[in-house]
Amino acid sequence: MTAVTSPPRTAPPTSAARRRRWADRRHVPVLVTLALLVGMYGTGVANYENFSDTQVLLNVFVDNAFLLVVAAGMTFVILTGGIDLSVGAVVALTTVVAATLLHAGWPAAVVLPLVLLMGTLLGLGMGAVIHYFKVEPFIATLAGMFLARGLSLLINRNSIPITDPFWTAMAQKRIRFAPGIFISTSVVIALVVVLVAAYVLAYTRFGRTVYAIGGNADSALLMGLPVGRTRIAVYTVSGFCSSLGGVLLSFYMLSGYSLHAQGMELDAIAAVVIGGVLLTGGSGYLFGTVLGVLLLGLIQTIITFQGTLSSWWTKIVIGILLFGFIVLQRLVTRRAR
Amino acid sequence: MTALTRHRLFWPAAVLVVLLVSNVFFAPRFFSITVHDGHLYGSLIDVLRSSTPLVLVALGMTVVIATGGIDLSVGSVMAIAGAVACLMIGDLPNQDSVGGVLLAVAAAIGLAVVLGLWNGVLVSVIGIQPIIATLILMVAGRGIAQLLTSGQIINVSSPPFRVIGAGYFLALPVSVLIVAAVVAIAVVLTRRSALGVLVEAVGASPTASRLAGIRARGLTIMAYVFAAVCAAVAGLIFSSNVASADSNAAGNLIELDAILAVVIGGTALTGGRFSLAGSVLGAVLISALDITTYTIGIPAETTLLFKAVVVVVLCLSQSAAFRAVVLRRRRTAGAPA
Repeated sequence: MTAVTSPPRTAPPTSAARRRRWADRRHVPVLVTLALLVGMYGTGVANYENFSDTQVLLNVFVDNAFLLVVAAGMTFVILTGGIDLSVGAVVALTTVVAATLLHAGWPAAVVLPLVLLMGTLLGLGMGAVIHYFKVEPFIATLAGMFLARGLSLLINRNSIPITDPFWTAMAQKRIRFAPGIFISTSVVIALVVVLVAAYVLAYTRFGRTVYAIGGNADSALLMGLPVGRTRIAVYTVSGFCSSLGGVLLSFYMLSGYSLHAQGMELDAIAAVVIGGVLLTGGSGYLFGTVLGVLLLGLIQTIITFQGTLSSWWTKIVIGILLFGFIVLQRLVTRRAR
Repeated sequence: MTALTRHRLFWPAAVLVVLLVSNVFFAPRFFSITVHDGHLYGSLIDVLRSSTPLVLVALGMTVVIATGGIDLSVGSVMAIAGAVACLMIGDLPNQDSVGGVLLAVAAAIGLAVVLGLWNGVLVSVIGIQPIIATLILMVAGRGIAQLLTSGQIINVSSPPFRVIGAGYFLALPVSVLIVAAVVAIAVVLTRRSALGVLVEAVGASPTASRLAGIRARGLTIMAYVFAAVCAAVAGLIFSSNVASADSNAAGNLIELDAILAVVIGGTALTGGRFSLAGSVLGAVLISALDITTYTIGIPAETTLLFKAVVVVVLCLSQSAAFRAVVLRRRRTAGAPA
């Protein structure tokens, strides 16, 4: 994971000391998230029996693999200063289309690339509208959200079970490290996506351009960077990640349903922001996003372990934790500056 | 003619007219307004009546967006306001008592002021990004509303409370009159005093406006309080109209419709200049859209799809870049070879 945290190389260092301070400042939000994550895990271990089982920690990954993938795509978009509200709907659309086609007897080898292509094209379309027609990202992706959710409702209002052998095999396959300690294939896919995304953001020209656009789009354009192409590309990446997230969710649920992933866009945005990525763009790391997803997952786990909370208390507790967390992060970050 | 088509509100107004006219083909009496028992009845009145909660929420949202923020919590505030009012009225020994109903309404609005203060302080004093600060109350607020009503739908049978959402005064629906009054107050306050300019200044550049001696912090807090109060009144109208408090359905996803209405009305999400009239028009347009889908007989599954198409058409028609592309193509096509 060290590759993920390495600082962007764009900072113009005038002296070694200044560079060190820059690097520190940029890492503070991620470090705060990490510290809080560890603290929260410690609280869980101290208060609940069996919380320290390795499997509890691994289950956080198993239960949130799809969110991890979606949030990785969202990170690209938010780093350019944009936002993608369509992710939850694209996830739902993917599960519905996949389930419908599989139900109709299409082979998995055709369905899988097809749904991934569909999500990618949706993202490409939204990116093109945002760039060429100067429609605000919030509105363009909101229209995309209505479109995707509407399409999935049109295809089928009911939940469609998936019985395809490949899908069930992916759902049931467990990679075991020791008796009772395992992860699902979705986790492996999600980790690969995260590593590739982190590499792209930190070490490729495309990644540097994403940061540059988020820092200042006009400057990036004047510097001769391909702003338009990159901006369209980040929404395409997000579309791809959403449909891949949809595939992982359909592995997890073994069903396609137009009401899957309701409000997932907010979970993804919250995870990205908790991870220290600025919504205005240009600053943050994919590693932070991973921590953000884990934190949300850990909150859910603790609430499950508590066991006595009714569904509305879950919402209130998540709100309170989100609040405490963001304020703490804010205070620490401010002091560091 | 070009001056007319260039007007900011030409395209939304045109789409609204097209929507309303298209109803006539399916319901010939759509435009007829009759007087019945001294009340005005007709589909146009229905459009106005059903748009009242959204107009109010969009109004508050406009001011918040003008300060460069966004308020995702309005739907939850609506649910809380409805829940508090219905709970207090349900506890009254005599539900016909006007004083008791007024007290309940005052309590709901008073609570909304507190919630607005909470949002405002998080954004302007602690400095949390608005989308995240209000996300906290959006998640937790829905939980609080469900906690208040224990997850149940609370029914009330209080004639004075019914007046707010379903009553008539001087032949017009009371809810429409309330909204008209709030709109009038907001317009007078922002356009006949310096308040509007100050809000625009804060939205355009918080730092510059603070250096110019504007109390940006106070203005921002005020904007969130205004938005919360508008949402609370919208929640009261909603719950009065159905004579119950439903914590799940009240204001669900209304924040997205409200933001859409604001953008349709020509206010940029980046803050600065705003148009209250535009937002009102946008909100009525969205409500007309919903009513049109019913009159035309579009099945409920495709309502979202229909909405997506209209939003895309509307946003593209408002985009100067898109109009330029279309016009240029038409001109080259018409030119002699």
